[in-house]
Amino acid sequence: MSDKEIITTNETPILKDVVKGAFGSSTSAGDTSGFGGLVTTIQATPSAQRPYGSYFDEIADALEKALPSQKVTFEQAIERVVVQVDQLTLMVKKEYLKAVARVLRDDPALRFEMCMGVAGAHWPKEKNRELHAIYPFVSITNNRRVMIEVITSETDPHIPSITDIYPSNNWHERETYDFFGIIFDGHPSLTRIEMPDDWVGYPQRKDYPLGGIPVEYKGAVIPPPDERRSYSG
Amino acid sequence: MSTDIFSGSYDTTQGRVYTLSGGDWDTVLGSTAGERERIVVNMGPQHPSTHGVLRLILELDGETVTEARCGIGYLHTGIEKNMEYRSWVQGTTYVTRMDYLSPIFNETAYCLAVEKMLGITDQIPDRANTIRVLLMELNRVSSHLVALATGGMELGALTAMTNGFRDRELILDLFEMITGLRMNMAYVRPGGVAVDLPVGAEKKIEETIKLLRTRFKDNFNILVDNPIWTRRTKNIGVLDLTGCMALGITGPVLRSTGLPWDLRKTQPYCGYENYEFNVVTENTSDTYGRFLIRMREMHESLNIVEQALTRLKPGPVMVEDKSIAWPAQLALGSDGLGNSLDHIRKIMGQSMESLIHHFKLVTEGFKVPAGQAYVAIESPRGELGALVISDGGTKPYRVHFRDPSFNNLQAVGPMGEGGQVADLVAAVASIDPVMGGVDR
Repeated sequence: MSDKEIITTNETPILKDVVKGAFGSSTSAGDTSGFGGLVTTIQATPSAQRPYGSYFDEIADALEKALPSQKVTFEQAIERVVVQVDQLTLMVKKEYLKAVARVLRDDPALRFEMCMGVAGAHWPKEKNRELHAIYPFVSITNNRRVMIEVITSETDPHIPSITDIYPSNNWHERETYDFFGIIFDGHPSLTRIEMPDDWVGYPQRKDYPLGGIPVEYKGAVIPPPDERRSYSG
Repeated sequence: MSTDIFSGSYDTTQGRVYTLSGGDWDTVLGSTAGERERIVVNMGPQHPSTHGVLRLILELDGETVTEARCGIGYLHTGIEKNMEYRSWVQGTTYVTRMDYLSPIFNETAYCLAVEKMLGITDQIPDRANTIRVLLMELNRVSSHLVALATGGMELGALTAMTNGFRDRELILDLFEMITGLRMNMAYVRPGGVAVDLPVGAEKKIEETIKLLRTRFKDNFNILVDNPIWTRRTKNIGVLDLTGCMALGITGPVLRSTGLPWDLRKTQPYCGYENYEFNVVTENTSDTYGRFLIRMREMHESLNIVEQALTRLKPGPVMVEDKSIAWPAQLALGSDGLGNSLDHIRKIMGQSMESLIHHFKLVTEGFKVPAGQAYVAIESPRGELGALVISDGGTKPYRVHFRDPSFNNLQAVGPMGEGGQVADLVAAVASIDPVMGGVDR
């Protein structure tokens, strides 16, 4: 693994998921190994410690310097800093997302001109932190990349929209709303984009079934993919 | 009013709304005397000039478009959701169907992200990377040829269409020879590529390049100074650098503003730093500039293919790590590409361990360490980003594609509003959206 050694810190590990059995299958049918009682927990990548390596420290320094212009400090706005597979991810508290986005775009030392959209992720077992929104940014001036991750809960699925700062996120936020039900406050027209307007539910949440019907093939009946014997998820 | 369900009328807070479906214009014109006229025309999704199943909702003032909005979602097939129920390797057969005109790019972006999380990026054999580059550049040519062909057709240049599709066929023949399939190949796999180049591939590619170069010259000459073509494309669909930045536009549309931003140069992957090529730019910011860029990029791509051919050294095309490398050896049989008989003979008759290993890797698949990675590559349409999340299991936890077509379609309004309907068609063609990628 190219990941740096995991540095032990005092922080409480963030539980992301719990899987059972040798293969981590969610269906009981899959595991005939005799290890069906095994319980494995999946934890979030621990926070990175300074120095982060590469150009990541420069980004963090610039943010520390520039964020006070938005009346917020680095420690307030950024929950955690994660470095994994040579990529920097800043876990930003949702109240400060707009402040961070504005600084990323406008600060001369940062100059992340483009936001490459937003993608959702659903972690139903991460209590009160079920919905994640991940924003990749690219700086053409400095030829750098950074990712921002914002976490919110299913019961309060609100994240501020950054379409007024990065207009390109208009459709991307609509897509994330469509599939995950994250409501981007301040979006000019947050409507479904891929699914029909009257669709019920958010299809890419983990509790939304894939759907499908059993298919007969040469006398055998093949169940739909989400009901087959599986080895994970 | 009539009781026809397709051409009724109803009251709204904005006034009375009439729905027309053709042929009944006169009856409505008579009844609307004195009312404010505001015509909203629905163009598509089944329309030959909307570049696929794109629905344009246009507000018109005569021939002038005052407001343009896109309706998408007609090709949504839930690929991202489906992938969460399949193994990491099976994922390639899904992503390849997203942007169906650039399947190799989808596969490569996905595989680079998976390899990054596996931490095997440095272990990918040179030959596999060279083959990836070779196929990506051939794919870029075939994709640009379709862009020019369909773009030409939408503007009435039917010879550009027939020429474009004729030449694309040459590249699809190469794909068929190398991967077994013309489209949706699932050829690039996590760890390398599915199978080595067949015997005689290099020679066939060289011959095709030679033929393509002469054909490009013809295609270029047909259009480049053609007065009809230049009048339909020059100063049409203008989007300047500021607009591109604000809307996150990448690819030929961004390069038509003069900014040489090409991920192959700026953030190289698959060994692009070892190839010599130019980033083609224009500074007209219009449809004509994007046409020129695509034309010249095809030449650059062929240069890269030639360099890739000289760089091809014998060697493996899959990582050595047997816990990741697909166990089967593929061979071309009478019924197409499949498991080689030698391999089946070995696992069925000689080595039980190989059989177990094969079975485990094919049914269960390999595990990818928990985490997430975003990898972006330069597709023919701009930045194609693959965000891949793993929970440590044998299936992707979540895969999201940042498809350039999806993002770039947001520019339809800024490019087309204020122009004529026919110019909007030219602008959409210059974005070259592929609806399979837009809707996924």
